[in-house]
Amino acid sequence: MSGTWITTRAWLLMLPLLVVMIAVIGWPLVDTVRLSFTDAKLVGTEGSFVGLDNYAKVLGGSNFQRALVTTTWFAVVSVTAEMVIGVLAALLLNQQFRGRTALRALMILPWALPTVVNATLWRLIYNPEYGALNAALTQIGLIDSYRSWLGEPGSALTALIVADCWKNFPLVALIALAALQAVPRDITAASLVDGAGPFNRFRYVIMPYLAGPLLVALVLRTIEAFKVFDIIWVMTRGGPANSTRTLSILVYQEAFSFQRAGSGASLALIVTLLVTILAVAYAALVRKAAGAT
Amino acid sequence: MERQSPLFTAFVYAGALLLAAVILAPVLWLFIMSISSAADLSAKPLSWWPDEIDLSRYGLLLSTLENTAGAAFVASLFNSLKVAGMATVAAIAVAIPSAWAVSRTPSVSWSLYAVIATYMLPPVALAVPLYMGLAYLGLLNSVFGLGLVYLTILAPFTTWLLKSGFDSIPKEIESAAMIDGARLDQILRLITLPLAAPVMATSALFAFLLAWDEFFYALLFTSDLRAKTLTVAIADLAGGRVSDYGLIATAGVLAALPPVLIGLIMQKALISGLTSGGVKG
Repeated sequence: MSGTWITTRAWLLMLPLLVVMIAVIGWPLVDTVRLSFTDAKLVGTEGSFVGLDNYAKVLGGSNFQRALVTTTWFAVVSVTAEMVIGVLAALLLNQQFRGRTALRALMILPWALPTVVNATLWRLIYNPEYGALNAALTQIGLIDSYRSWLGEPGSALTALIVADCWKNFPLVALIALAALQAVPRDITAASLVDGAGPFNRFRYVIMPYLAGPLLVALVLRTIEAFKVFDIIWVMTRGGPANSTRTLSILVYQEAFSFQRAGSGASLALIVTLLVTILAVAYAALVRKAAGAT
Repeated sequence: MERQSPLFTAFVYAGALLLAAVILAPVLWLFIMSISSAADLSAKPLSWWPDEIDLSRYGLLLSTLENTAGAAFVASLFNSLKVAGMATVAAIAVAIPSAWAVSRTPSVSWSLYAVIATYMLPPVALAVPLYMGLAYLGLLNSVFGLGLVYLTILAPFTTWLLKSGFDSIPKEIESAAMIDGARLDQILRLITLPLAAPVMATSALFAFLLAWDEFFYALLFTSDLRAKTLTVAIADLAGGRVSDYGLIATAGVLAALPPVLIGLIMQKALISGLTSGGVKG
């Protein structure tokens, strides 16, 4: 069979997928671009062309800048914590001890818990009047009076990050654990004979096996964290005093709460651009790392 | 394994206990809240274990009496099942031929990257036109419309999973059948798809979980019992004026049950799926 026919056949087989993707992804994306140059409302007015006004307003406004800082902080802190705790947990789970299989199985729990259920659960834990965190800290004697963990601008974002970490570090741990199990036993044994200490062993013997899978996990988690919406919406809706308002929350408010479809669209595209830059930079990093090992 | 000093062993066990506690405590607390009386939950100092086990909330939420919290909950449960089910079936249906084509045709393999790239798109980039489009078609607040929107997530995801599944089925089996004069549809139906059945099942389950978990689009595109999904119903409970925290916890336990069970049963497939994605990069 000729190469052209095989290629044509492939495109024909992909036709249903392409039609679906154009309908639910391609067209909406293009329409978002169009809307971003108009002052359209969500319902009713079609809006008229306003050029780059939306972009100028969004980029110059303090809301966007503050949300960008909040999002970056959320993504950097939660992903860093997830990677560190995840790798530590994986190193632990790679040791031999009783109950190891059961503990590995438990790691699935936070991953499997729906994001909204996780958010609800932590919201209950942080509850200012009856929450378990207040009760536990008071009973141990660490605090004298109950606090509103999600109600104070100083602690809300940190409280969210803890909840996000709890759900996501086990995934990193499972990925790292699978990578650790690929480290050949005789190499670790040889490094021991050569007298490598635990730190050097981790750095030079184990890390090369971990780096690739961890980098991929880092990429995916960072992009997810940058797009974060669900957990924040359920726990704080971006409050208090907008201290947890990330970019996705801001787009939601602009486009749907205030029904400003045009400026919401321009904001959404700026977020998309940032995520794309992140993804491309990371992809280059992954390719470089893959070439190095 | 190297020999271990007693100190190191003690350290490992302490770490394992800590990890188990960190993972289990929140989940157990969710369950305990769901079976504690409202009085126990609002007691100060908080009692960590209920005096009496109270299972009434499970009965309440799963009852279908009209105009109760149960009726709303059960309706959202069915909506979630319908939306996730429809979206999964549709996604697998379009993903099978394309994943096979990409897997067997090097000249079009670049298109897979384009498909995967869309998976990175933030949902906010599509939400406004999707909202307007659904409104235009009269599909706002409909399980069908939401299922359609979920294809934005599920179609790229299942194509990607199935493609790596087809990659692991040797091409040679197919070429042999082709030499024997089998048509493409026969080859796929009789040889490739049966061999790919486990991968297809895994992909379908993952897709279902993804749809079950989805919140953003469901929040935007549904407004009442006709289409509201479980995640939106729970967020409503959590953000509303429900005074009984145990009821919110019970809803959470019930919503978490299917994915947690699937996760525990599918552990092996899950972990190998994660690592194949990770290792291949």
